[in-house]
Amino acid sequence: MLGRTASNLFWMGRYMERAENVARLTEVGHRLSITPDVGSGYREDWQATLATAGCPDPKAAGLDKLNAETVQRYLFFDRKNPSSVASCLEAARTNGRSVRTALTRDVWEALNAAWIEFGAFKPNDVRPDQLPELLDWVRQKTSLFRGAVQGTLLHDGGYRFLQLGNFIERADNTARILDTRYSVLLPTTEAAGGERGMHQWETMLRSVSAHRSYRHIYKDRYRPGLVAEFLILRKEMPRSLRYSHDHVRRALVRLADITGGGEASLALAQETSTQLRTLDVPAILRLGLHEFLTDMLRQTARIADTAAADYHFN
Amino acid sequence: MLDTQAYTSNGKVTNFDEMLRSDGSARAAYQELVTWFGRQSQASFEQKQQEALAIFSRLGITFAVYGSTEANEKIIPFDLIPRIISAAEWRFLERGIEQRVRALNAFLHDIYHRQEIVRAGNIPSDMVNLNEAFLPEMMGFDPPANVYAHIIGIDIVRTGDNGFYVLEDNLRTPSGVSYMLENREAMMRLFPELFAAHRIAPVERYPELLRQTLESVRPKYCEGDPTIAVLTPGIYNSAYFEHAFLADQMGVELVQGSDLIVDEGALYMRTIRGKERLHVIYRRIDDAFLDPLNFRPDSMLGVPGLFDLYRAGKVTIVNAPGTGIADDKAVYAYVPDIVSFYTGEKPILENVQTFRCSIEEERAYVLDRLDELVVKEVHGSGGYGMLIGPHATKAERAEFHARITARPSNYIAQPTLSLSTCPAFCPEGIDPRHVDLRPFVLVGDRVRVTPGGLTRVALKKGSLVVNSSQGGGTKDTWVLED
Repeated sequence: MLGRTASNLFWMGRYMERAENVARLTEVGHRLSITPDVGSGYREDWQATLATAGCPDPKAAGLDKLNAETVQRYLFFDRKNPSSVASCLEAARTNGRSVRTALTRDVWEALNAAWIEFGAFKPNDVRPDQLPELLDWVRQKTSLFRGAVQGTLLHDGGYRFLQLGNFIERADNTARILDTRYSVLLPTTEAAGGERGMHQWETMLRSVSAHRSYRHIYKDRYRPGLVAEFLILRKEMPRSLRYSHDHVRRALVRLADITGGGEASLALAQETSTQLRTLDVPAILRLGLHEFLTDMLRQTARIADTAAADYHFN
Repeated sequence: MLDTQAYTSNGKVTNFDEMLRSDGSARAAYQELVTWFGRQSQASFEQKQQEALAIFSRLGITFAVYGSTEANEKIIPFDLIPRIISAAEWRFLERGIEQRVRALNAFLHDIYHRQEIVRAGNIPSDMVNLNEAFLPEMMGFDPPANVYAHIIGIDIVRTGDNGFYVLEDNLRTPSGVSYMLENREAMMRLFPELFAAHRIAPVERYPELLRQTLESVRPKYCEGDPTIAVLTPGIYNSAYFEHAFLADQMGVELVQGSDLIVDEGALYMRTIRGKERLHVIYRRIDDAFLDPLNFRPDSMLGVPGLFDLYRAGKVTIVNAPGTGIADDKAVYAYVPDIVSFYTGEKPILENVQTFRCSIEEERAYVLDRLDELVVKEVHGSGGYGMLIGPHATKAERAEFHARITARPSNYIAQPTLSLSTCPAFCPEGIDPRHVDLRPFVLVGDRVRVTPGGLTRVALKKGSLVVNSSQGGGTKDTWVLED
């Protein structure tokens, strides 16, 4: 396989995952904007949403006013925002188009149809009340893509690079969501949390579509320690850091088998995944939650960079 | 019921129609189809057309239109009605095509060696040696199997029962074969019953035959099976879909210049395991961009040093650099002489009558009749830089008059041909539209002509321009078996 092909597959996987994550974030923002004002108001929440989506400085991005409309447009349609849903779908397709030969028809059709259909939405015509429909649409398209990948793509090297990109992105996204709102997960907030705390925890779980599965696992009300455990350490939770890194490791193990190389990136992935397997929440809190998450983000980026060097796609 | 009334009641149709005779009866090859039309309705056809559009757009069959600012990708229009060629007609075409491509390859070998044809005075020396498409770097080199043009598209027009003429030879990087293959796929999905009712020669083996052809011209220094790749300029090229499609169908890598490196006298591609040796390159980039060290130094698409490896027998470039000299529009006028010179036979397929503006009497004739003739730039392609006399304005004709006078050798002219028509599905029913035909030929250890080819159709009523960049579409092309 060409190094460039590996790169295109890796980024295709990342961008499709990112499109879905950004859509989900927008959905959470949308919910907040129609929820009665609790505690200190919305402005901060929009900022948190934007920060999670990779935009820590809204002013610099040309967002003077923060409201449902401006933020939604920025996250969904703005092509100047490299992480908007529009940009992600376009980038995923461009990458896919470059490796058309490595994709099955089903995968390509899923990618191409998403891009063509998205092009038909006119940002100015989308009323705020149509947003949920649009978000469902993104979820359907990304699910279709994932389904086509699982069901039709040969599970060979190409598939592993795609999976690697997918789970690197997911690990990165979950760590960001946690880090932008980490303060509400600290034990001190439990007592002081009250309504606002509950609300924040639910927001966080919703942004990874996990507010219902939480209840299935814990059969308990939202508690910050359990929310942290759920999103960081649970191996059966498909968006947790542990799950994501298990899959990053798995992809790299397979790639090392296939190519007989890739030692450096595999070693890093083993290390991260072992760390997530052996830690518990009290230990993470002793390290400092924010420090731990910052470190996770750094490790995720290092694994990605090292894999690119190992497999000649940087 | 589908309306074919419009077809016959058109009355003053002066051109040759491939479906109906002048008395309104169906020709033998179309009889089954005409009966079948009677069982279809306008509505069911519109439905099928929607389905076809959905099939093509999901598959990503697009082409880019140069010079169009918005929507850089379009789907090439597809007409639902097949064009049918009888077995006897095809046998004639096939023989003519094979004779022509053998002669053109012999011509290429000759002009890059002793130039016997020039010495014999059959073609002016300047036309060869001063031609922009002539590549002096190829002199004295023997490509594997002595083949220069491996992949060829011959554009053919029809004007009568036995009137087939070659309009153009394409010996550089002819495109369109993917449409031929996908059109057939789409038709088999849309109208399986028609395939059951006809014996249609298959085209599906093309990718396999292409691969065999490429393998048969492995370079001198290649032990074992050659590794093959398709070299593309990248995803923004108008024919990128086809490059990807052919690589996929052959099961070989699709590479860009940046994926390739020349190292210690061999060509490699960068893979996830490091570098892997390559032997045969089916390139879809122009000669000038192949190798910045040997040709255009500003080329970002090629591979530095590739041409040296080619000459050293380490890699085969398909088609060979320098084949453009044989499909140059000025040389085209000499192809009948070329065929006779190298085969000793009379050409089976004739050229369209061509006036060379470089020759004084012919130029005078052309300038006198700009309102009847089609004028073409010698190096133009795709319908750009062309004057269609009868449809041109006075100002356009005046402009071409000036251009021809300034650079006569840059132009040729041909009579406006009365191109044959075929049935096409149009908003008003079944209506005749003008068509041409591009059969695809592979030349390696032997010559292989795929039955049929790509039929291009001018979908605008009365239009004679079939290029996809100018409102043309395509059709599936059936060759019937006896």
